[in-house]
This record gives sequence, C-alpha cells and structure tokens, in this order.
Amino acid sequence: MFSWFRSDIIVEYFPLFMQGLVTTLQLTLIGVAGGTALGLLLGLGKISRVEHGPWRIPVLVFIRWPSQLYVTFFRGTPLFVQILLIHFALVPLLIHQDDGWLIRGEWASYLKREYGAFISGSLALILNSAAYIAEIFRAGIQSIDRGQTEAARSLGLDYFQTMKSVIIPQAVRRMLPPLGNEAIMLLKDSSLVSAIGLAELAYAARTAAGAHARYWEPYLFISAIYLVITMILSYGVSCLERKYKTV
Amino acid sequence: MIRVKDLQKFFGEKQVLKDISCEIQDNEVICVIGPSGSGKSTFLRCLNALEKAQGGNIELNKFQVTSPQTDLNGLRAHVGMVFQRFNLFPHMTALQNIRLAPEKVSGVSAIESEKQARELLKRVGLTEKADAYPHELSGGQQQRVAIARALAMNPQVILFDEPTSALDPEMVGEVLDVIKSLAHQGRTMVVVTHEMGFARQVADRVFFMDEGQIVETGTPGEIFDHPKTARTRAFLSKVL
Repeated sequence: MFSWFRSDIIVEYFPLFMQGLVTTLQLTLIGVAGGTALGLLLGLGKISRVEHGPWRIPVLVFIRWPSQLYVTFFRGTPLFVQILLIHFALVPLLIHQDDGWLIRGEWASYLKREYGAFISGSLALILNSAAYIAEIFRAGIQSIDRGQTEAARSLGLDYFQTMKSVIIPQAVRRMLPPLGNEAIMLLKDSSLVSAIGLAELAYAARTAAGAHARYWEPYLFISAIYLVITMILSYGVSCLERKYKTV
Repeated sequence: MIRVKDLQKFFGEKQVLKDISCEIQDNEVICVIGPSGSGKSTFLRCLNALEKAQGGNIELNKFQVTSPQTDLNGLRAHVGMVFQRFNLFPHMTALQNIRLAPEKVSGVSAIESEKQARELLKRVGLTEKADAYPHELSGGQQQRVAIARALAMNPQVILFDEPTSALDPEMVGEVLDVIKSLAHQGRTMVVVTHEMGFARQVADRVFFMDEGQIVETGTPGEIFDHPKTARTRAFLSKVL
C-alpha cells in the first residue's frame, strides 16, 4: 500500500538524520537554557524601577530602556533575518583571524572552521528566545500579588532575596505552560539554521532530498521526528504543571 | 519611641495624609480607628516605609524612617507587619513561612530557626499545622501564622493593618485573642482596626482618624465615652 514510499532513502541516510537530530536537540537545549538565563535578566530589567534617589535615572537609562529595546527588536524582526545577520555580520565581527573583537588568531580560524555555524546558530536561538522568555518572566512576575512583595519586604528581605525566595518560585509555576510552548517553538524554529549550513534535522532532510530528488520521504520522516519530540515536551510540561499545582 | 511630625502623603492629586503628628511610647498599644478612606492604613504603611512619606518626618527608635540614607531593610526587620489579607507565601508551609526571614535576614541557623518557629506556632495555638500549606488553613489560622511570622524577627514594633477585616466573623475572636496576648510584652503595637470592643479593651490610647488627619487621641474611655469632637461622635454613633 505504501509502495510509493521509498524507505530505503531513510535507511541510507539514517546516520545523517540521527546526527541532525542530535544537533537539533543540542540547539534547542542551548537555546532554552541560555534564553532562560538571559530572559530572566531582561525580564527583571524590563520592570526594574527605582522610585526615588540617585539610582532612578541610571536604572532607567542603562537597564530598563535597553531591555525594552532588546525585546522589541528581537520580537519585531524575523528569526530568519536574525540568523543571517548574526552569522554573516555579528559573529565575524566578534571572532575573526585578524581583528575579531573577542577572539583572534589561530584559535579564531579554528573555531570558525569547525564550529562557525553552530556558534552562530545557537547564539541566534539564545538571543531570540531570550526576548520571548523575558516577556514570559515579566508577565509571570507581575502576575504575583503585590502583597507578596510587601510581606517579604516588611520582614526585612531585600529586593533580590524577595525575588529569589518569594516571587520567582511562585512565578515559575505560572510560567511553566508558556515556557513549554517556547521550548516547542524553539525546537521547530531551530530548523531555520539549516540556512547557514548547520547540519541539523532539516539540513539532513535537504541533503537526502537533493541526492535522490525525492521529497516526501525525508521531509515526512523529519516531520514525524519533530512531532514526537514536541509531544514528549508537552507531556513533560503537563507533568510538571500537575506536580506544582499546589498553589 | 515613634515620633511623627507633619507627615504628608498624596495619591496623585489627592492628599491622603494631612500633616499628621503624634508620639507613641515604647510598649504602648495604640488602636487607630476611623472611617474607610480616612488614611489609617496609609499612615501605618508609612511607619515601615512601605509607603514613602512625601513630607514631614518619622523617627522610629533609632531609625530616621523618612531619611533617604536609612537602611530600610534594617528598619523593616525591626518592625513587624501583619496584613489584612495575611499575605502568607503560598509555596511554603507554615513553618517555612516563619523561618524565611530569620534565616535570610538575620542569618539564624536552620536548627535554631526551626526550634523558634515551632515555639511561635505553639504560641499562636497551631502546633499541629507546622507542615500545612496556607491554602490548607482557614483564614483565622492563616492570620495566626502571619502573626507568628512577624514575631519571628523579634520586632520592637508590630503594625497590624486591619488584621481581622478579611476574616469570617467566627474567626475574628481567635485572632484578636492572639493579638491581645502580645500586648504589653515589651513591644509597641499599632493596630488599625474596626473592632471597637477590642480597641476599648486592649488599647492604651486610641487615635481617631478622619480625612487624612488624626482628629482626636485619648484613652479608650475618653474616646468612646466622652468624645470631644463632633466628627468622633458622628463616627462612633454609626459603629457602636
């Protein structure tokens, strides 16, 4: 019945698909982890405010506005364009044999040769997901009743202790569903980095498709892989939600 | 000793505290009464700088509350507060709620803080609820945990912001009994309340507030039995 489906193409390119899968998972994991760390800082930055005193203006100009600008930029431009911009413009500026801002010389050319696309790809996914995760953190933190902050501060806890012990643990529970969504989006969006030649799942499919001029098999196969992982992710998130449903 | 001088506070254009001045002695129990919107809660919240005063100054023991150089965290560790809506931390058990500040702010060891927290729970009559989460407790029980939490920092001053207003009527008594048991134990207490019977029974002095001013102060006998101003009389005739 499925005689039109040439599974031998999948078999032939199976190692490439598996390599691609590993890269896709690495990208997603790095994107979520880095994006969460950066997103937390940006989210706090976006709502930072000092009402009185000498820190009012510096906090506004150097923390709040830049965080807002960052989120606006990364949410307002296509990820695909960001990937190209980062790979072909930003990373060469930072890592270059002759005049890289961060890394120069032999080490720079080695990194670029071996890991160039991976560095750019993960950087793009981190920077992009951080903007979305910042919004998730901001909304999560602002959804916690003001009385919680007041109670913690009135006990003598400072701002950071209050955030760490009282606000963020409660906010995280509310943020789990949107964070799970973000992980799923990131997994799917990671396919865009195939455009800069990074050998993840979509790249593997394109290679297999190109070699045999067959499109159904490789793309349906990777669709199935993406689908399975996203379903596992949603299941994991709903388990976490149930576990933390005490509040 | 709490010394308030010409305290002013605005919410937008509206002036909610109009040049409030008063003195409260150590170990004194003050009940603040008055109609809704008279500025009672705002006055209380200015005392631990949850609300920033916009004029005048407040001196609380060694702290200049209104001075920008004041260590507000130090001040607040020294002044306990109990809220109308309890504001327990919902992701922590009763015991953890009480232990948080001593451990994080005062650096008390885990063993010591647990021992102290259990003693405090015993004191508010909730020994068996140590491991209960706030949502498993009744309103009255939650408020008693909140009182224990405020006591854990061994504050010299405790502020109560309408501690029984959010409670079902049958739970008001248990909370008031706990507050009564704290009176005259070496701490200053300022209680914003609508419970006139409680104020009469416990307060050393009563402040009557109306429209952002302290209109009249005096012993419960003076305020309740022989109010001097027409505004006090008008208010009391409605609530008594």
